[in-house]
Amino acid sequence: MNQKLPEDRAEAVFEDFKRAYTDEQARAEANRCLYCYDAPCIQSCPTGIDVPTFIRRIANENVSGAAQTIFDSNILGMSCARVCPVETLCVGSCVYNHMDSPAIQIGKLQRYATDAAFEAGWTYYEAGEDTGKKVVCVGGGPASLAAAHRLRRQGHQVTVIEKGHFLGGLNTTGIASYKMKADRSISEVEWLLSIGGIDIRSGVSVPDQLSWDDLKSEFDAIFIGFGLGEDSLLSLPSADSEGVIGAVDFIAQMKLSPIDVSSVQNAIVIGGGNTALDAVRELRGLGVESVTLAYRGGESQMSGYAHEWAEAKTEGVVPSWRSQPLSFAADADSRVSSVTFQMMDENKQPISGQTKTIPADLVLLAIGQGKLGSLTTGLDGLQVEWGKIVTDDDGATGAQGVYAGGDCRNGGKEVVNAVAEGDQAAQAIHSFLMGGGSCRT
Amino acid sequence: MPDLTSNTAGIISPNPFWLASAPPTNSGRQIIRAFEAGWGGAVWKTLGQPIQNVSSRFGGIQWRGQRAAGFNNVELITDRSLDANFKEMAEVKRLFPKHAVISSLMVETKEEWKEVIQRSIDAGADGIELNFGCPHGMCERGMGSAVGQEPAVNKEITSWVKSYSSIPVLVKLTPNVGDIVPHGLAAQAGGADGVSLINTIKSIIGVDIDRMIPEPVVGNKGSNGGYCGAAVRPIALHMVAALARDPGFNIPVSGIGGVTNWRDAVEFIALGSSSVQVCTEVMLRGYRIVEDMIDGLTRFMVEQGFQTIDEMVGKAVPAYSEWGDLDINFESVAKIDPDKCIGCNRCMVACHDGAHQCIHPSTDGGIVPVVDESECVGCNLCEIVCPVPDCITMVEVDNGFPEGSWNEHLTTGSTIRPKKGSHGYDMP
Ligand SMILES: Cc1cc2nc3c(=O)[nH]c(=O)nc-3n(C[C@H](O)[C@H](O)[C@H](O)COP(=O)(O)OP(=O)(O)OC[C@H]3O[C@@H](n4cnc5c(N)ncnc54)[C@H](O)[C@@H]3O)c2cc1C
Ligand SMILES: Cc1cc2nc3c(=O)[nH]c(=O)nc-3n(C[C@H](O)[C@H](O)[C@H](O)COP(=O)(O)O)c2cc1C
Ligand code: SF4
Repeated sequence: MNQKLPEDRAEAVFEDFKRAYTDEQARAEANRCLYCYDAPCIQSCPTGIDVPTFIRRIANENVSGAAQTIFDSNILGMSCARVCPVETLCVGSCVYNHMDSPAIQIGKLQRYATDAAFEAGWTYYEAGEDTGKKVVCVGGGPASLAAAHRLRRQGHQVTVIEKGHFLGGLNTTGIASYKMKADRSISEVEWLLSIGGIDIRSGVSVPDQLSWDDLKSEFDAIFIGFGLGEDSLLSLPSADSEGVIGAVDFIAQMKLSPIDVSSVQNAIVIGGGNTALDAVRELRGLGVESVTLAYRGGESQMSGYAHEWAEAKTEGVVPSWRSQPLSFAADADSRVSSVTFQMMDENKQPISGQTKTIPADLVLLAIGQGKLGSLTTGLDGLQVEWGKIVTDDDGATGAQGVYAGGDCRNGGKEVVNAVAEGDQAAQAIHSFLMGGGSCRT
Repeated sequence: MPDLTSNTAGIISPNPFWLASAPPTNSGRQIIRAFEAGWGGAVWKTLGQPIQNVSSRFGGIQWRGQRAAGFNNVELITDRSLDANFKEMAEVKRLFPKHAVISSLMVETKEEWKEVIQRSIDAGADGIELNFGCPHGMCERGMGSAVGQEPAVNKEITSWVKSYSSIPVLVKLTPNVGDIVPHGLAAQAGGADGVSLINTIKSIIGVDIDRMIPEPVVGNKGSNGGYCGAAVRPIALHMVAALARDPGFNIPVSGIGGVTNWRDAVEFIALGSSSVQVCTEVMLRGYRIVEDMIDGLTRFMVEQGFQTIDEMVGKAVPAYSEWGDLDINFESVAKIDPDKCIGCNRCMVACHDGAHQCIHPSTDGGIVPVVDESECVGCNLCEIVCPVPDCITMVEVDNGFPEGSWNEHLTTGSTIRPKKGSHGYDMP
C-alpha cells in the first residue's frame, strides 16, 4: 500500500517537545535507575514492559538488547516512548518520587533504545511456523497492529482491514505533532510489517463494504480494533457554520495535509479533555495568536492531564472556565464569527442570566468522539454497552471467535492500552485457534 | 547463535558466569534460584569447620553519590554444618547436572582436607576451589591468605589436595601479595588444574569520625576486612593478565573481582579468564543481573563474529606489553572541538595544576581554551576530565620518527623523539 505523506504537511513546523538523549545522557540517566526489584514502573505500564531490565541494558551499553526487552512487551514501544502520558504511568510511579528526587525519565530512555533499533534496522522477530489458521483484524490502529504482529509471530495468517488510506490509526492521524509526527508512526507501521505475511486491505470499511458474514466465511477468528467514531458535534444555532469543526478531524487534516491557518485570528477550542489540550497547543504551535480553551467546568475539573494544561498555559493559551456553548454567530459568508457561552456554577449548572460572547473565526469541538459499537450488528452474542464492545478480561466478546481491543472496547484510553489489549487478545485468539476453535460459518 | 559453553580446567558450565564463593552461594536453595536465573556455575560458600560471624559484617564506599562503588566485609567462611552443605550440594547437582558446582574448601590438617574433598566428590561437585585467599580472621588462624601468601605452603597443600582429588582443582589466589606470578606458579607446581583470582583485598573501608572507630563498626571496634566490588576490577584485571602472559604459567584462570556486567566479563575473558565469578554485584542487585550478562555477551559475540568463548580467551593478552616495549615515538596531542566546548575550563585547570601547563585561555575572548600543541605531551588528563563526550580527542601526530621503544633505545641506541612539556620550570 502507498503510505506516502505530503512533504508540506502543516505539522511540519513542529519540533519534538522532549529532546532525544545523546549516548552519554542516556547512560547517565540509566545509571541513576535504582534497578528496583518487583518495580512499580512495570506494574504501572499497561503492557508490563520490564523497565528496570531495559534500563540496565542501556547502562551496560547493550542497546539492542534494551530495545528488544521493550518490544517483547510492546511492539509499538517506539511510539509509546513519545506519546505515552508517562507522568501518570511509569514515571509517575518511580520510587524516586517518594524521595522527592527527580523520577527516572523512562520515556526518554525508551525512545533512546527504540530509536536506535529503528536507525540500525534491528527487527528481531520472525513469523512463526504456519498454523494454517486465518485471522482478520478490523481497523489498522495500534490495537489491531499489536494483535496482528503477535498473531503472525505465532504462525497465523493475518489480514488487516483499514477503511482509511493510512495505517496506525490515531497514532498516525491524532497524536499531537510535538510528541510525534505522522511519518514516524508510518515508519513504525512499516517496521512492524517487516515481519512479513501480514496482508493489508486498505480503503475497505467493515461491515458496509465487507460484511461480518463475509469475514466469517474467510477467517477462523476476528479481532475488532476499529477505535472510536467521528467527533461529536453540537446542534446549536449556527453550529454548522464554516470554521466550526471537530477537533480530531482538524488534527488529522493538520497532520496529513497542508492546511493554512494564517488567516485565523481568534480560535476557540471547546472541551476539557486531552484532545482539547492537544488542540490548543497545536493551534498555538501553528501560529494562531489568540487561542481560548472554553470548558464548562473549572480548572480542577478538567479530565485532561494537569501537566499538559500547565504547558498550554505557558504557551499562551487563555482559559474560559465554566463556559458552556449556547449559540454560534456567523458572518455574511456564513463563516463563524463568535460563540456565546452560558456561564456555569461549581456544579456545572447554568447561572441564570450570565452569558459571555467570545469572537472566533475557528472553533474546534473537542467534546468527545462517537462510539462504533453499533457497527457490530449481525455478530450474534456480541454485546455492546454505551457504544463499547463488551469483552471478558482476555478480549473475547460473546460471539464465538470474535475478540476486541483498544478504544472500541475501553471507550477511549491511550495507545499503550490499545497495544496491551490487542496483544492480550492475540494470545487468547492463539489459544482459541490451537484448541480447535473457529468462527467460520 | 554463538556457543557460550565454558570450560575452565575441565569444569564445564553452560555459560562462563559463575557465582563466587560468598553469601550468594551460602545454601542450596539460593544456588537453585541462581541457576534458574541463568548462572552457569556456582562456587559454594567456603566449607570448613563452621565459624561464628560478627555483626555488622559489611561496609560500602559511597563515592560522590554512588552507593557501594567499593565494598568490604569481615565475614568468614560458612557458619553452617558440613552435613547440611554437602546434602544440599548433592541435591543441587541432582537438579542441575549440567551446571558447574564447585566446592570451595578451607581446612587445616591433611586428614580434614582428605575428608572434605571426598565428601565434595561424593556430593557430585564438578571441581574444588581452595580458598587460599581470605584476608581476615581465617589467616590469623593459619588458613586463607596465610597459605596463599607463602608459595611453598601453597604448593604443598595443593599437592595434598591433588593427591586426594579425582576432580579438577582450582587454587583461589589472594591479591595481598607484591607479585601474583610466583603464587600462580606455586599452585601450578603443586599440580593445580587452574587458578581463580582475586579474593578480596585487605582494607579498612572507612572510619566513623564521630565515634573514631574504623568501619564496619562491630559494637565499639572495627577491623580490617576484604575489599571487593567494582572498585577492585583494575587490580584484578592486572593480576589475571600478569599470569596469562607469563610464559611459565599455562593453566586456566577463572577471573574474579569487580565484575558487574557483560562488558566487565569480556575484559576478564580477553585477558585470559575462561570463566568469571561474581560476588558483590549480585549481593547489591540480585541474581537477575546474569540475564543481561548472557544477552549482552551473546550480542557482542554475534557482532564480533566469535562462535565460542574459547576464541575470546586471552584475545587482548598479546597486546599487553611491558612499558619498555611501548612505542615511545608515538605522539598524540589534545584537540578541543570548539563546537562542543561548554567553557567549564576543567581541562585548563587540570593541565595547569596536574599536567604540563599547555592549555591556555582563549585569546579571542571566546570560551574555548587553546591547546599549545608544541608543548602538549599527550597525557590524556584533559580528555579524562572533560565532561562533554568527544569534545577533547587525542589525535595522532606524524612526527616523522620511526616506531621505537625505550628498550630498543637502550639495546640498539635507536633514536627517540625529543621530550615535550618540560619547559625549563623557570622560577619567578
Ligand atoms: C487527538 C487525540 C490525541 C491523542 N493523543 C494521545 C497521546 O498523546 N498518547 C496516547 O497514548 N494516546 C493518545 N490518544 C489516544 C490514542 O490515539 C488511542 O487510544 C489509540 O490510537 C487507540 O487505538 P485503536 O487501535 O483502538 O484505535 P484507532 O487508533 O482509532 O484505530 C482504529 C482504526 O480503525 C479504522 N476503522 C474505523 N472504522 C473502521 C471500519 N468500519 N472498518 C475498517 N476500519 C475502520 C480507523 O480508520 C483507524 O485507522 C489520542 C487520541 C486523540 C483523538
Ligand atoms: C561478604 C563476602 C564474603 C566472602 N566470602 C568468601 C568465602 O567464603 N570464600 C571465598 O573464597 N571468597 C569469599 N569472598 C570473596 C569473593 O568470592 C570474591 O573473590 C571477591 O568478593 C571479589 O569479587 P567481587 O568483586 O565480585 O565481589 C567473599 C566476599 C564477600 C564480599
Ligand atoms: S540485609 Fe537482611 S540480614 Fe542483613 S541486616 Fe538487612 S535484613 Fe538483616
